[in-house]
Amino acid sequence: MTAISTSGLTKRFRGGQLAVDHIDLAVPDGSVYGFLGPNGSGKTTTIRMLLGLAFPTAGQAALLEVPMPAGATQVLHRVGSLVEGPAFYPFLTGSDNLARYDAADRTADRRTARARIEAALDRVGLLSAAKKRYRNYSLGMKQRLAIAAGLLRPRELIILDEPTNGLDPQGTREVRALIRQIAADGTTVFVSSHLLAEVEQICTHVGVMRTGRLVFQGSLPELRRTGAARVTVQTADPEAAAKVLAGLGLADAQATAASVSGAEASANAYAEASAVLGDASPEQVCAELVQAGIGVRGFAVTSPSLEDLFVGLTGEGFDVGG
Amino acid sequence: MSAADVSVPAGHAVRPVRSSMRFFTAELRLVFLRRRNLLLLAVTAVFPLVIGIALRLASPHPQGGNGAGVAFFNQLAGNGVFLTFIALSTLLVLILPVVVAVVAGDSVAGEAGYGTLRYLLAVPAGRTRLLAIKYGAIVTFGLAATFIVSAVALVAGAALFPVGPVTLLSGTTVSLPDGLLRLLFVTLYVAAAMAALGAIGLAISTMTEHAIGAIATVMILVVASEVVDNVPQLAAAGPYLPTHWWLSFDALLRVPVDTSTLLRGLLSFAVYALLFCSFAWARFTSADVTS
Repeated sequence: MTAISTSGLTKRFRGGQLAVDHIDLAVPDGSVYGFLGPNGSGKTTTIRMLLGLAFPTAGQAALLEVPMPAGATQVLHRVGSLVEGPAFYPFLTGSDNLARYDAADRTADRRTARARIEAALDRVGLLSAAKKRYRNYSLGMKQRLAIAAGLLRPRELIILDEPTNGLDPQGTREVRALIRQIAADGTTVFVSSHLLAEVEQICTHVGVMRTGRLVFQGSLPELRRTGAARVTVQTADPEAAAKVLAGLGLADAQATAASVSGAEASANAYAEASAVLGDASPEQVCAELVQAGIGVRGFAVTSPSLEDLFVGLTGEGFDVGG
Repeated sequence: MSAADVSVPAGHAVRPVRSSMRFFTAELRLVFLRRRNLLLLAVTAVFPLVIGIALRLASPHPQGGNGAGVAFFNQLAGNGVFLTFIALSTLLVLILPVVVAVVAGDSVAGEAGYGTLRYLLAVPAGRTRLLAIKYGAIVTFGLAATFIVSAVALVAGAALFPVGPVTLLSGTTVSLPDGLLRLLFVTLYVAAAMAALGAIGLAISTMTEHAIGAIATVMILVVASEVVDNVPQLAAAGPYLPTHWWLSFDALLRVPVDTSTLLRGLLSFAVYALLFCSFAWARFTSADVTS
């Protein structure tokens, strides 16, 4: 069973802007799926369509194999959600706010409401602030209350849109621990973030969005495999080394001048040549270099970090390659 | 809880009526316990009192009611019950519409403004169901405000003026119970007028996420309608205006009761309520929630 599936899901805003462009999501049951992409790449719009808040321009979406938005009232009570930050009534207390949402749920049992609200507050560590007005909550508490609202009932799927947005490092850790706990209970978690590092440790699968398109989807090992390993040679003569590497048939051979800035300058004063390793054996490359008379000071095979791959996919931020 | 309730298995069975009653009760609590709304109800309660005291001071001799005011005012001196009609017709100009406009204009726009609308829909509250609950709360609040005016005015009228058989506008005198029954119908008629206004407010509320904007728009509509209704050259448009029939409740204070006017008024309210509820529904069930 797939917890979330979409095919050709598209949203064009009234202004003509294509916010989500034919995406085919497949979120396996029981996975922790990191939905990644820079701000404005269409993540929240996608989530709004999944939850039936916005209507797709084209394509289909299904939650727990129930088509959305048509099946909203049949399936959404099995789905907890946090969309674009917490939203509650500032003049109500934390527990009254949860009671309000619970009362709106036609499948929730009124008789167990109090116990469920307390359990949800306890789970996010807000039991002591239950009687405090929402307007006096800190940002972290507000975020946790929103997660508590998602946990009012046993859920099969939790959709969390930027759950760590605006939180301090400790709050981020708390939320991450909470997500781990939820996932451990067997709930599928779909969590969006603009930072890979935030979700890297908890995700089993990722989808990467870039300007409305899904540019990668798969498990974390699959994402790692997309990164080509590079061979890097430290040498006094990078140009010659690069020529040898190219001569061996390695792609993208390039020479980099010695780095002279910063603390690295003294320890690592040698220039580098590097190329995509491809199918070549590193031992042989090293031997060929030595044979060609290149003074090899250091030799390494490196795979790009997930962060590098992510940045490469989203094209956001500084150009790490240059 | 009765034995029948206990025997119901505590599964996930959906009981639409009971769960909707729970949602409606929660909505009423939210509306009625909100400080701003309580203040509005308090203001509506104070007005009849102030009007009563002012009129009592203006005519120290209960028998000397010979002012040139509205018909009601002449009757007041003879019977305190008439303070209710005076209060209702005075408050209908502005205060009661404001009360309804605030609650109706805030209903959906307020939720959108807080961002709670997206969570209510994700619960899922159901769009049509949420709208129905919202309208139910608006109507209930309008009804409460109207009854508060009548009740306070009745008590104040009884305390400040003599009470007895009621002499109607047509000159006929009916018994006090008959008079009070007529007062009940008048109050319900005004509440119906406010329910129609509430539908307009609900529709406007679905179009924005700024509650203040929605409230102001409703009030502008009310005032514009009242102004147009008072321009003789535009008399042809009169019967179609939302406010035109509001004061027609005086038909209940005549013998025989002018039922055709009353029915035309009620028809106007029903048409407005139906039209704007449909508009609100069409808009709310098809629009993206972007707040």
